[in-house]
Amino acid sequence: MTERKKCWREIPIGGKITEAGNAVKYNTGSWRTFRPQKNEKKCINCLFCWIYCPDSSIKVEDDKMAGFDYGHCKGCGICASVCPVKCIDMIKEEK
Amino acid sequence: MANIKELAKQPEGLSGGHRLCAGCGASIVVRQVLMGTKDPVVVGSATGCLEVATTIYPYTAWKIPFIHNAFENVAATISGVETAYRALKKKGKIKKDIKFVAFGGDGGTYDIGLQSLSGALERGHNFVYVCYDNGAYMNTGIQRSSATPKGASTTTTPAGEASYGKVQLRKDLTSIVAAHHIPYVAQASASHWNDLITKAEKAFKVDGPAFLNVISMCHRGWRFPQQDTIKISKLAVETGFWPLIEIENGMWKFNYKPKERKPVVEFLKPQGRFKHLFKEENRHILDEIQKDIDNNWARLEHFCEAGCKVT
Amino acid sequence: MTKKIPLTGDQAVAYAMKQIDPDVVAAYPITPQTAIVMSFSNYVANGQVSTEIIAVESEHSAMSACVGAAAAGARTMTATSANGLALMWEIVYIAASTRLPIVMPVVNRALSGPINIHCDHSDTMGARDSGWIQIYCENAQEVYENTILAVRVAEHKKILLPVMVCQDGFITSHGVEGVEVFEDKKVKDFIGEYKPDSPLLDIDNPSTYGPLDLQDYYFEHKRQEAEAMRSALDAIPEILKEFEKQFGTKYDFIETYKLDDAEIVIVVLSSTAGTVKFVVDELRQRGIKAGLLRPRIFRPFPKEKIINALKKAKAVAILDRSDSFSAEGGPLYTEIKAALYDLDIKPIMVNYIYGLGGRDIFPADINKVFEDLQKTVAAKFTLPKVNYLGSRE
Repeated sequence: MTERKKCWREIPIGGKITEAGNAVKYNTGSWRTFRPQKNEKKCINCLFCWIYCPDSSIKVEDDKMAGFDYGHCKGCGICASVCPVKCIDMIKEEK
Repeated sequence: MANIKELAKQPEGLSGGHRLCAGCGASIVVRQVLMGTKDPVVVGSATGCLEVATTIYPYTAWKIPFIHNAFENVAATISGVETAYRALKKKGKIKKDIKFVAFGGDGGTYDIGLQSLSGALERGHNFVYVCYDNGAYMNTGIQRSSATPKGASTTTTPAGEASYGKVQLRKDLTSIVAAHHIPYVAQASASHWNDLITKAEKAFKVDGPAFLNVISMCHRGWRFPQQDTIKISKLAVETGFWPLIEIENGMWKFNYKPKERKPVVEFLKPQGRFKHLFKEENRHILDEIQKDIDNNWARLEHFCEAGCKVT
Repeated sequence: MTKKIPLTGDQAVAYAMKQIDPDVVAAYPITPQTAIVMSFSNYVANGQVSTEIIAVESEHSAMSACVGAAAAGARTMTATSANGLALMWEIVYIAASTRLPIVMPVVNRALSGPINIHCDHSDTMGARDSGWIQIYCENAQEVYENTILAVRVAEHKKILLPVMVCQDGFITSHGVEGVEVFEDKKVKDFIGEYKPDSPLLDIDNPSTYGPLDLQDYYFEHKRQEAEAMRSALDAIPEILKEFEKQFGTKYDFIETYKLDDAEIVIVVLSSTAGTVKFVVDELRQRGIKAGLLRPRIFRPFPKEKIINALKKAKAVAILDRSDSFSAEGGPLYTEIKAALYDLDIKPIMVNYIYGLGGRDIFPADINKVFEDLQKTVAAKFTLPKVNYLGSRE
């Protein structure tokens, strides 16, 4: 992430950010020490992990829990903690 | 009643990539509140964790219009935005229906922003104010606020040989707001997401100001393991520390009553900020805290009963 | 067709606001600005404007709501004085740095304490580095015209900075004058429609306003602000030309009075200029080459115009209606003196702090200043650099 920083003529005035939601380009996944991992067989797709995720990092497709957004998941472990069937394990990240 | 599968189909207003701590309660609260409407929403935020962590230039985690002005004035700021909306709509320059929501922490709401909030509520702007109450100035490093619970150790009320932490009771902001006689006031917790989202729906729907006081867990300031964020907030509700109530057009109502209220120590024990209270010399403070909660519960029951009689 | 009607300075502001018909006004009453808010509230109550007014609970909320409204895309105005301006201080800076074209008439009043409700310039002079454009008016006529002008200045694409239109508390704000007012339609045509860039209410193109701006970009945003203030020096003359074409009044950054051949000159802002003109006329009848320079726009600071106006003078007294404790005199003095520093031959320059807390200034006081200058020119004595005019010794 060593982009050239823009000069004063190149940025919108007044500190305004006109590219909505561009924080997705910022990789908070690198903060993680533990990675959530799902046991597909056990998951009941209750989506509690999704509704409690502070980082919007639970993917949902066709009403089903469809995995993690590892680009942004900080590995807090809330999903594992709230899962009623304990289908999410927190695995130590290998460096 | 919200259906989780339906909710998951809606686009979200807040993206990942924000820089709140792992396991922060604030963004969970924000996500759930924004699930309360399908109309376009404009968000205002007071200075605080939520604001600094979601808008570090040149990045913004907001996929919807967002404004931050200063610490103590989000209510006044959003009242300007909402008034501009009415002015421009009247002139036909804006066609769509837009909702307005202001987020402030307990610092920006209970303390420095109370006047601005009170003014905006009294003037009757059509907006929702959400206080994400984590009970201290977390953004600047866990200093006490008027929302800090009695007995909590903070960096400006540290527990020590001659101190058991904060001496004073929390300010009852929900009642203060209710005294403005606005259409809708509620207390909620993200752990009870269905209740919170239903309340957010009501808040967005009413014509006039609505206020949600939402407990927001901060594992850094409360000193508990980050994965327990939802567990702790559930305990806040189950022990009666954070009653789930609403005041709709002046009528007080419990939205949830645990079958049996758990002793408050079950909420306090897992949190490092209350650790010193479990020493022998401070045990009486635990009793006082329990008594405060019982009294408050009795007061709320009284209000709810009185409210029912009025109908 | 213009018509002449009796108006106080406050009423002149309210009348201009009625013709501007801003989308949103958020204001809190404070003496001596109160009549602006009251008069304008009457226009709202009688349906003479389409403005949505926010009767806020403080000036802090007034400016906060203005920032919200202006960011939302509304043409926004407020008005204040002294302690009101001080209470909104934090947000005054935010309004400018967020580049919101808010127009704020300010009725100059002494800043507490001790509390005082009368005129001096300590309120707006304290805000001279807040990033706002500042226009100082001599009388109600100028107040009226500058309020209209300010809308165009603030909203100019090369400027986009908020504007304070300053008038002297009570002296101008409560004195009744015959004010020539323009036709409503002519004002409407002049100010045109406000077209904001990426306003907050453009929900299809969402913007984030007011982010956390750290070491890597804050400086660039401040630089933009500085450059905008600089480009206002080029943009304002264009607007003034249009103003003259539309309304017939010719304005400049500065007003000069019998200055061309003047040897001794007084520089002063706002209503005191009227008294100085009276004295200049008297002195001229006696063959004394006295003159006046009145900066009308203090921010952006019209450095070149001021240098050209003063460079031929022998001695210049700069009158400040506010002090800058222990500095090299009041703000007008220090800035003008600094502007002339690079000249090889420059006039003697002295400073008079006057009129604090509404202390009257009489022709005799002005006469004394001109006499001081004459004596200095004749090398009869050396004046102290900073003098207090009208304070009991």
